[in-house]
Amino acid sequence: MRGVRVRWRLYALVAAGSFRRYATYRVATAAGVFTNTVFGFILAYAYTALWDQRPGLGGYDLAQALAYVWLGQALLAAASLMGGGFEDELMERIRTGAVVTDLYRPADLQLWWLAADLGRGAYLLLGRGVAPMAAGILAFDVALPPEWWMWAAFLASVLLGLVVSFALRFMVGLSAFWLMDGTGVAQMSWLAAMFFSGMLLPLTLFPGLLGEVARAMPWSSLLQVPVDVYLGKRTGWDLVAAYAFQAGWAVALLTLGRLVQGAATRRVVVQGG
Amino acid sequence: MSTADDGDAAWGAADFIELDGVEKVFDVRRKTGFLRREKRQVRAVDGISFRVPRGEMVGYIGPNGAGKSTTIKMLTGILTPSGGRLRVAGIDPSKERTRLAQRIGVVFGQRTTLWWDLPLKDSYRLMRRMYRIPDDRYAANMARCTELLDLGELLDVPVRQLSLGQRMRGDIAAALLHDPEVLYLDEPTIGLDVVSKSKVREFLRDLNAERGTTVLLTTHDLTDIEQLCKRVMVIDHGRLVYDGALAGLHEVGESERTLVVDLERELPPIRTPLARNVKVEGPRQWLAFPASVSAAPLVAELASAYPLLDLSVREPDIEAVIAKMYAGGADAGTGARIG
Repeated sequence: MRGVRVRWRLYALVAAGSFRRYATYRVATAAGVFTNTVFGFILAYAYTALWDQRPGLGGYDLAQALAYVWLGQALLAAASLMGGGFEDELMERIRTGAVVTDLYRPADLQLWWLAADLGRGAYLLLGRGVAPMAAGILAFDVALPPEWWMWAAFLASVLLGLVVSFALRFMVGLSAFWLMDGTGVAQMSWLAAMFFSGMLLPLTLFPGLLGEVARAMPWSSLLQVPVDVYLGKRTGWDLVAAYAFQAGWAVALLTLGRLVQGAATRRVVVQGG
Repeated sequence: MSTADDGDAAWGAADFIELDGVEKVFDVRRKTGFLRREKRQVRAVDGISFRVPRGEMVGYIGPNGAGKSTTIKMLTGILTPSGGRLRVAGIDPSKERTRLAQRIGVVFGQRTTLWWDLPLKDSYRLMRRMYRIPDDRYAANMARCTELLDLGELLDVPVRQLSLGQRMRGDIAAALLHDPEVLYLDEPTIGLDVVSKSKVREFLRDLNAERGTTVLLTTHDLTDIEQLCKRVMVIDHGRLVYDGALAGLHEVGESERTLVVDLERELPPIRTPLARNVKVEGPRQWLAFPASVSAAPLVAELASAYPLLDLSVREPDIEAVIAKMYAGGADAGTGARIG
């Protein structure tokens, strides 16, 4: 079936192009690595103080809490835990009307941007994730996965987290079709991501209902779930459940995004031109 | 064109692009007070009909906001018409946008389809995948575009470092690699210098002549039209106010030619029923007469009555003609041949 079959090679090329695009900004990458490392150190000392007072807080020992800190820094850029990413560009393209060139292409808007965002995520994971993580492991007693295969399990969880992150931000970007200026929505989006991903504090620390709700929200797929997989807290069927949780949100949000995309393109009044 | 034919041979060569009473109405909401909004309808395209046969090169002009870009967006399938019937190559664009995309090329002069941060050639590789261009076609088209559009040295340069003219040539090549049967150009020469403009025009002329590519050209630069298109359509307020030969615009616009007369000495303004005196400057006088009339009787009359040194005829300025047409609104087109 033409048109229905997903064109993997096209989207792979889009992802590769996006990867190389971000790779051209070497100075920005270096600056990002520096920032992530500095923040990693600050948070690591704060967490050390906290866990000295309250050992075993949230079910983590100190080494695990430190792993949490450094994984957060490593994933910060890739999973857009504090905003930033393709959605700003998409909103700008909608506002200026440049989105027409995206629309008349014989390719799907959502898959196109998903591919581009995964390419971006892959670069940022390598370019801005590996170095801070390595610095953290060298400078602190950071917990490592108990088994080697958990690295792979962790990366699979990160990938699912990137898709969930994309799906959320895709809708943020599309909001510009209605709002023209989506800055407010984008800010709400990154605040939610920062809080509910567990970037600020592990979600396991949140008490009672708040904790239950926070852990059930899609944002926990971005950091909390991958970290728990890394730490070997989710194995066997529990690991399957973790993946199912992430994949479930990914599918639900991508589907919702597709509906929003349909509504947006139906009412499209492409600006300018 | 060697593009695979999908077998819809039902449409004849005469009707490559068909529009019958096409309309596009936008709902515009305007704030008129606190929490109060007024809904107003804007008819961006208000019942346009025309046909473009395969292989024709047509100019599509009009003032800003006349509905040119809206028409092009409907022709690509990005916008759905509110009314009327529209077909391109027998396809309803808004229903089968993706299938149609394989057969059309679009260049929006003020936008780019190229990858901003990456070398130009990366965008072409993407086009090859996107349009599933066979390797041999791709190689041949790349070679041709590289040569004719002078892209050889630019292929490894990131798009953001290209000049506007270079980028435009790059965009035109990107729109042509998949052998489109029709090319829509929305202001392809906007902001370009004279040399770049003439390069682009030359390329388009060759493309149309050699490959028979149908071209619909939207522009504000009437030189584009004069040099490329035999037929021109003028749109204003969403309506077609003129459709015909470029030369015919003069009749419709009641344009005038100017006879510049150099006399032996300063004389009072020349009076004649054949022309009207526009300007006197020392021994030189300017006489305007209808563009549709021969200059010979006027010249004969002047030669018999005045001491002439020299004469020259200036052709009417097409821009002035069209400006007159725009200013007159829809009424100016009453004498035009429509559709």
